[in-house]
Amino acid sequence: MSTLSRADVARLAALARIDMTDEDLDRLSGQLAAIVDSVALVAEVAGEDVPATSHPIPMSNVHRTDEVRPSLTQDQALDAAPEAEDGRFRVPKILGEEA
Amino acid sequence: MSYTYDEAMKDFDPVFGIEVHVELNTKTKMFCGCANEFGAEPNTNVCPVCLGLPGSMPVTNEKAVESAIRLGLALGCSIRESSRFARKNYFYPDLAKDYQISQYDEPTSYEGELDVVLDDGTVFTVGIERAHMEEDAGKNTHVGGSGGIQGADYSLVDYNRGGVPLVEIVTKTIEGAGERTAEVARAYVATIRDIVRGLGISDGRMEQGRLRADVNLSLRPKAADGEDQSAVPFGKRSETKNVNSLRAIERAIHFEVGRQADLLSKGEPVVQETRHWHEDTNSTTPGRSKEQAEDYRYFPEPDLLPVEPSREWVEELRGTIPEHPAKMRARLQEEWGFSDLEMRDAVAADALVLISDTVAAGAPAQAARKWWMGELARTANEREFTLPELPVTPADIAELQGLIDSGRINDKIARQVLAGVLDGEGAPTAIVEARGLEVVSDDSALEAAVDEALAAQPDVLAKIQEGKVQAAGAIVGAVMKATKGQADAGRVREIILARAGVEG
Amino acid sequence: MTDWTRASALEMAEAMAAGTVTSVELVQAHLDRIAAVDGEGTPSNVHAFLHVDAEGALATAAEVDADRAAGKELPLLAGVPIAVKDIVVTKGMPTTAGSRILEGWMPPYDATLTTKLKAQRMPILGKTNMDEFAMGSSTEHSGYGPTHNPWDLDRIPGGSGGGSAASLAAFEAPLAIGSDTGGSIRQPAAVTGTVGAKPTYGGVSRYGAIALASSLDQLGPCGRTVADTAALHEVMGGHDPMDATSLDEPVPACLAAARDGRENGLKGVRIGVVKELGGEGYQAGVSQRFEESLEHLRAAGAEVVEVSCPSFKYALAAYYLILPSEASSNLAKFDSVRFGMRVEKDTIEKTMLATRAEGFGDEVKRRIILGTYALSAGYYDAYYGSAQKVRTLIQRDFAAAFETADVLVSPTAPTTPFKLGERLDDPLAMYLNDVATIPVNLAGVPAMSLPAGTAPEDGLPVGFQIIAPAHEDARMYRVAAALEKALEGEWGGPLTSLAPELEVVK
Ligand SMILES: [Mg+2]
Ligand SMILES: [Zn+2]
Repeated sequence: MSTLSRADVARLAALARIDMTDEDLDRLSGQLAAIVDSVALVAEVAGEDVPATSHPIPMSNVHRTDEVRPSLTQDQALDAAPEAEDGRFRVPKILGEEA
Repeated sequence: MSYTYDEAMKDFDPVFGIEVHVELNTKTKMFCGCANEFGAEPNTNVCPVCLGLPGSMPVTNEKAVESAIRLGLALGCSIRESSRFARKNYFYPDLAKDYQISQYDEPTSYEGELDVVLDDGTVFTVGIERAHMEEDAGKNTHVGGSGGIQGADYSLVDYNRGGVPLVEIVTKTIEGAGERTAEVARAYVATIRDIVRGLGISDGRMEQGRLRADVNLSLRPKAADGEDQSAVPFGKRSETKNVNSLRAIERAIHFEVGRQADLLSKGEPVVQETRHWHEDTNSTTPGRSKEQAEDYRYFPEPDLLPVEPSREWVEELRGTIPEHPAKMRARLQEEWGFSDLEMRDAVAADALVLISDTVAAGAPAQAARKWWMGELARTANEREFTLPELPVTPADIAELQGLIDSGRINDKIARQVLAGVLDGEGAPTAIVEARGLEVVSDDSALEAAVDEALAAQPDVLAKIQEGKVQAAGAIVGAVMKATKGQADAGRVREIILARAGVEG
Repeated sequence: MTDWTRASALEMAEAMAAGTVTSVELVQAHLDRIAAVDGEGTPSNVHAFLHVDAEGALATAAEVDADRAAGKELPLLAGVPIAVKDIVVTKGMPTTAGSRILEGWMPPYDATLTTKLKAQRMPILGKTNMDEFAMGSSTEHSGYGPTHNPWDLDRIPGGSGGGSAASLAAFEAPLAIGSDTGGSIRQPAAVTGTVGAKPTYGGVSRYGAIALASSLDQLGPCGRTVADTAALHEVMGGHDPMDATSLDEPVPACLAAARDGRENGLKGVRIGVVKELGGEGYQAGVSQRFEESLEHLRAAGAEVVEVSCPSFKYALAAYYLILPSEASSNLAKFDSVRFGMRVEKDTIEKTMLATRAEGFGDEVKRRIILGTYALSAGYYDAYYGSAQKVRTLIQRDFAAAFETADVLVSPTAPTTPFKLGERLDDPLAMYLNDVATIPVNLAGVPAMSLPAGTAPEDGLPVGFQIIAPAHEDARMYRVAAALEKALEGEWGGPLTSLAPELEVVK
């Protein structure tokens, strides 16, 4: 099992949308590499024949009937928004200059 | 561009695939009880779930599951005994939770086959890889610049559409369509549209984004004479997003075939990328330049449980699947006695279901066709509606035709009555009664009107008696005028001829 | 005059019913206590609360008193004040999950649990401190500063529910709500000398509990006595159509089971000691109190056997793959668009990058990166996929163990509370806190912790863990109540009555 490099951490941080300074990368990448090494042992016991468990209590087919329930009002929906305009959530532009 | 579509076909074989997203017409969203409706005020059909507020959790809409299974069955797919939802993780402002709940390696429906009938009647079979359930994203509006995403100053997000149930249908790779590639693609999407309408699970309206197609396409050079075609590698493909009309599907394929043929013939690489279709210029442009292969980090959605439809339920649903649209068309044409041209026009005008329903409500097929393809098609055109959008039902039309056939009204009055129906005055019979439009069928009233008209034009009676029977038309006209069009013209003519002592 | 803050919740309920105290008096006594020991500037500065809602709690209390005076029928715990972990969404009260990224967020809806507490007419004193998004075992990872252990203010109160546990140990509340993803109810209970239970997965609705790891998270009750905890458990439980993973079955009769254990002992009960959850790595005083508790259980009529769960040694590794993976996805929604912090940059992508860099603490970042890695293309099978398989093996171990024993037991945590700051830079050492509690979450079974005494070497609390099969939550209360009775016989009351007195504001 390959361990986690500083460059890996930088790539993952971008994928997870967390800006990291060089200092952050230095601090976190060493700790993360150690954690990754210590958790890698799960592969040891995970044989082909062992099924995966994603829900601890096996259940299935839990559905809702197709009936309308009250929604929030527009004011309630937008109340906590950092910025809103025209009944919508306002966000900085999606594409940068380089695009 | 130097290569035309037809020229490109001499040197290349197109290989393509289509992803269709169908928005289901359930009352509520996929995972919450917010209304699934089009055109509401922004952010009014939202709740903690579809806004992705901390703490909220999804619960699957049973009706959406049922619709997805029925669609899978209609596409000839197998229904998985245990399917699961998965999270597709990526950040985008219209995606409230910054992951989309979709299905990944365990979709509800898989391995199907769909026969597509081309214009000349040829049947082309398209392989279906899978059909899975997922949720729609919200809608970004771009402010500033030209209104597009490029050059915008900022964007506004409305989550009303976020969480609306979708079924995504993915074809297998389609090969061997050759020069009919564009036609096959269009016919495939049209067939999907007809199927979802027939199932009643979506209105399939492409112009409103209820049915959206992404087309991926690559070109494979044709093997030189004597060489083995199977040894020729496949080309790199482009994926053109959101091609939102049947016509645009054909055009987008024409454009991409030409573009890729140009590149390949010049020895330039085709870039594997997402491209956007532009209706105004009939061309595609690349998506974001720095777009790299996304890593969606799919994993089973831990807030939802497996969907395990019982065999009995699946069989019960199979019983509700209407016949394949092409088969249905052939059957209806036979039953109705339409010509090929009449049938094709009715299909093109989206009138098949309307005519069928009108016939089912009791009208003769040709009469039903004439109403929908004539008066109503004209009205729809004037009002810039599609036929199904007109505020008139097949039952109204059947009722109207019944009034004519029973002689209570004539064709001319029927058109007035129809205008009343379209203006929301009510059902045909009610309008006839309210406005007193019934045909004057009381012979004594008609006889009086005829006598009055003959007295006013004494020369006409003589002409008729001389054998110029067509002269009776003038008297018929006068009687119709006098009765405000409510007379049965045929009966009036009979009375005139009887008065003149000649047989009609 | 009675100091009502020392009473149990059920004693308070009884006293209100008898007319010896009002809910307003109870709430006021606890608000006074919070003012005396909790806030910045108080000499003790326990800092169990992030938000105190004096007005709301007193209003609820006054309504309950009025209804009681009018002779209306009231639920069992009506008028008994409660503290709620800040992971639970509360309309009208800020909800932050201990994170700066949610500072000041006023939710537009109530968690199902909040609705239940309101229906039960329980005055909510406020929201308790926690490790940011419940990631931690010490409450030091709170975005709002650590909580201090009332037994020794220089030590951790456990985590992530350190605020809830400390509020009980400091007599700021008689009952509290916790959430347990890998031990966040049980480990704080252990290190503060209080009681806490994690119900069977799905036993309590998660709707409105800010998700850490959805397949592991459970809300649960915290109290100073087994019976109080059982009573609160029954209030919290039950099917909720808003949570697809919620169990559609009757709420277990926990309180009756606790009474049964206390009155009738444990004759015929087989108790399995999990070999892998003890011995090496466990502090001497912890092991000693654990052994003494086993003696009490035998004396109460139980048969004690040893069971082996060989796959438990992989539990910690599987947990630190599953939790970060699910958390990395659950925490994506903190993107500055609809709620919470925004650090504005020229594009939305840069805004998200900057907001999440500023809003999340180091532990959250570590786990998001780890989870992103475990789910990423090419690594999924080796990490997340393998961890899900380990989960199956652990479930099999539990199934086998429950063939021989009715309940399983172990020390709750390997050590008594350590000093604040001691393990902050060593995440791996910190993770070891949860070694005995994690297998329970991976398998979804219920478990609880109750005090087993204080370790002779440091005088700090030791926890005793009882694990029951899925859906058999009541069974663990029966065993816990019998043990509690025996231990209280030695101590002369709940263990918390032996805690050193906190210095208060005069
Ligand atoms: Mg999709
Ligand atoms: Zn909603």
